[in-house]
Amino acid sequence: MSTEAIHDDHHDHAPSGIGRWLFSTNHKDIGTMYLIFSLAMLFLGGASAMLLRAELFTPGLQLLDPDTYNNLLTNHALLMVFGVVMPAAAGMANWMIPLMIGAPDMALPRLNNLSFWLLPFAAIMLMISMAAPYFPGGGTPINTGWTLYPPLSIQVGMGMDFAIFTLHILGISSILAAINIVTTIVNMRAPGMTWFKLPLFVWAWMLTGLLLIMIMPVLAGGVTMLLFDRHFGTAFFDAAGGGDPVLFQHLFWFFGHPEVYVLLLPSIGVLGMVVPTFSRKPLFAYKPLVYSMMMLTALGMVVWAHHQYTVGMSQAVTTYFMIGTILISIPVGYMLFSFIFTMWRGAMTFETPMLFAVAIILMFSFAGVTGVMLAVVPADLQYHDTYFVVAHFHYALIPGALFGLYAGVFYWLPKWTGHMYDERLGKIFFWWTTISFNLTFFVQHFSGLAGMPRRIIDYSPVFAEFNMISSIGAFAFGLSHLLFLWIIIKTIRGGDKAADKPWDGAQVGTPGLEWTLPSPPPFHSFSTPPLVK
Amino acid sequence: MSKRGLGWLNGLVTSVFAGGVMADWEINLPEPVSPVTREIFDLHMLTAGVALVIMIIVTAVIMYSLWKHRKSAGFEADQHFHESGFGKWAWVFVPVVVLGIDLSIAGKAAKVFDLVEDTTKPELTLKVIGSQWKWTYEYLEDDIRLVANLNRDIPETDPLYLRDTDHRVILPVDTRIRFLHTATDVLHAWWVPALAYKKDSIPGYINETWSIIEKEGVYRGQCAEICGTGHAFMPIVIEAVSKEKYAAWVQDKKLAAAAALVEASADKVWSKDDLMARGQEVYAGNCLACHQAEGQGVPPVFPALKGGLITTGEIAGHIDIVLNGKPGTAMAAWAAQLNDLEIAAVVTYERNAWGNDTGDVVQPADIKAARK
Repeated sequence: MSTEAIHDDHHDHAPSGIGRWLFSTNHKDIGTMYLIFSLAMLFLGGASAMLLRAELFTPGLQLLDPDTYNNLLTNHALLMVFGVVMPAAAGMANWMIPLMIGAPDMALPRLNNLSFWLLPFAAIMLMISMAAPYFPGGGTPINTGWTLYPPLSIQVGMGMDFAIFTLHILGISSILAAINIVTTIVNMRAPGMTWFKLPLFVWAWMLTGLLLIMIMPVLAGGVTMLLFDRHFGTAFFDAAGGGDPVLFQHLFWFFGHPEVYVLLLPSIGVLGMVVPTFSRKPLFAYKPLVYSMMMLTALGMVVWAHHQYTVGMSQAVTTYFMIGTILISIPVGYMLFSFIFTMWRGAMTFETPMLFAVAIILMFSFAGVTGVMLAVVPADLQYHDTYFVVAHFHYALIPGALFGLYAGVFYWLPKWTGHMYDERLGKIFFWWTTISFNLTFFVQHFSGLAGMPRRIIDYSPVFAEFNMISSIGAFAFGLSHLLFLWIIIKTIRGGDKAADKPWDGAQVGTPGLEWTLPSPPPFHSFSTPPLVK
Repeated sequence: MSKRGLGWLNGLVTSVFAGGVMADWEINLPEPVSPVTREIFDLHMLTAGVALVIMIIVTAVIMYSLWKHRKSAGFEADQHFHESGFGKWAWVFVPVVVLGIDLSIAGKAAKVFDLVEDTTKPELTLKVIGSQWKWTYEYLEDDIRLVANLNRDIPETDPLYLRDTDHRVILPVDTRIRFLHTATDVLHAWWVPALAYKKDSIPGYINETWSIIEKEGVYRGQCAEICGTGHAFMPIVIEAVSKEKYAAWVQDKKLAAAAALVEASADKVWSKDDLMARGQEVYAGNCLACHQAEGQGVPPVFPALKGGLITTGEIAGHIDIVLNGKPGTAMAAWAAQLNDLEIAAVVTYERNAWGNDTGDVVQPADIKAARK
């Protein structure tokens, strides 16, 4: 870095031009880039979902061929998980954790730059994986779904290699971001910001970071073994060569199940900020809530095989995974309980973030109870790989992860931009998106029970009604996000001036220090650590 | 939970699932026709009932609070709520209640799981082999083999669209049947919800499920584990018949197989037209799912036969790959599954259909010679 940059550091001016973004080591700028990147990916992932729902509108093949359908399905999942939820959560962590704990920046600012700038290249790599089949020798598209199970993924053409490298890059990016966040939380807390004064969002990211560090290498290993099976004559997953196709499933879900909590916990953290604010009452049972998040993290690491009840594991092993999975209802139930009793006897107002929070508590509870249904092995032997599962995990991930992030966006937009968002439009967006979400996914429980498997491009007319409802809901859900985009653009461009503390309940319980700063905060904040009493 | 409690819960769930205007839409698991699927169905209704009750309670508490504890209604936040007795002891109370609910479900689940994993000696064993994209069935006791493909002649508006096959699997009622599941290429999952739960078909593994079908009828299902391009096009149709009818069917099958064998091994010289006609049937039943109706295949995994190097090259090479398959690829060895006549016919067909026009005619005797 030049002396100019150091000079700027002292004088609190942001560097100008493209260099400000390319070489940024500022947590706020990198946070902004993460958020914009995830917003772009949201529209890409959403567009692929719209294409899938358009194809499923009526029986018969209309728009897509089966392989393109399956490739879009794969990309929809990869984009939403790795391109939208994880970067958006990382963007919020970047923006908010230093502000909340009174740190001047992230602990490792250059690593921060690297972990962000890996992402656009991963996204490009993923696009190449989809384009590869259209070139000579490219082979078949990735028609496996995001789980990439062999032997099917061995058959796939060159696209699979690009997808594997995409996952490698994403994995490196996530691990670096996680190391940075954990290091920041451990080392950079302001004097007096003790562990049990940490805002819940910081706790949630602490545990998320630890999870990421533990699981991403396993995924990287699994897909590397896949790469070796594809090209270098190994037979890790080929029974004919002494390997085991199910081994991949274990490796994948050893990553994949904790990954669910990686997606979920940051949003639970956002709820832990939003619900007390708008209930004007401290978080109910803060400490047990933190302990239950730890229990969730630990349990989440040891229940992965409930995604594979049907592969033929022994009864003893399967029973262990069933009990472990059912026990997850204790920490999850406790979290929801804490939020409900934070609202109880509070003085609630219903601004957009709070509306999302209440809807999340209700819909995520629903995902929780269908989760217990799925955890019960004999019943899962019927539900497995049907639309019931599709409905369940969309109820878990859209309210549990995505809506939590939306709540965070509305909650912190005034802090980030210095402007209040348009409350009326925010409420319209909330009702529009929540109703259309339920329209899309609620009926999928029924089509699943009636016998419709997941990941099929075409289906019998016996499932037609529910699919049509689902598609109509999905189009409305997709469209609602144009309003979301407009609200964000409008807020960035102008609007009522936001106060330092735009929400009057924002200081209850265990708040972050972000409200002690102006809105928007200066380019460099907390250069001298604040003292927390 | 008591029997009476269960009955009440079942009634509630049934009325929610089946009530109202949607009575004619399928919204629940199909009516179970075997002991094991009935137990699973009851377990499903129990957990769905518990889920429903929890959701009603949670929603009621939240709605009450939203209404009662509004700032706009003038409610003042109770800053000392967490110091009340409830606030102090909730961290014990909640996990205990949740654990209680969990254990009541898990207890019933463990019992049903014992039934699922019951490996009592069966009276009939059906080996179900998944391949891209058809199901092959082997009746191990009676040495009958059956290949079921999608019935492609059904329009999109028909309820049987994608739910019908060219051959039905015939099974007897009131007979303990063991299904063995495996696959030849990628993962598949054989699922007929009314009579059996699913276990994945995995190449290199043999999984087992079981059933006793208690009611005659036709039961449908389809492949549940993504298996590539044709995943949506692998239906399953089972026809459950009385034991007598089943015995007669087995007898017919055996006679027909014996007759076919006699016919195939007779030193008769067949005309090209006859071979082409038979070849088309054999092709449709065994080869079409991968190599496609016009022989165009799904390259590169399933090569085109139209203008293919093997189908227009040397006859010996063509016969060899059909008899012995090609190791390391999805191409199976058909020597044990098709008789001399069938292989001769399908080879002749492949060498002359779709403009391949090699003019070659392969006789059963050639296959017999090639087998040695």
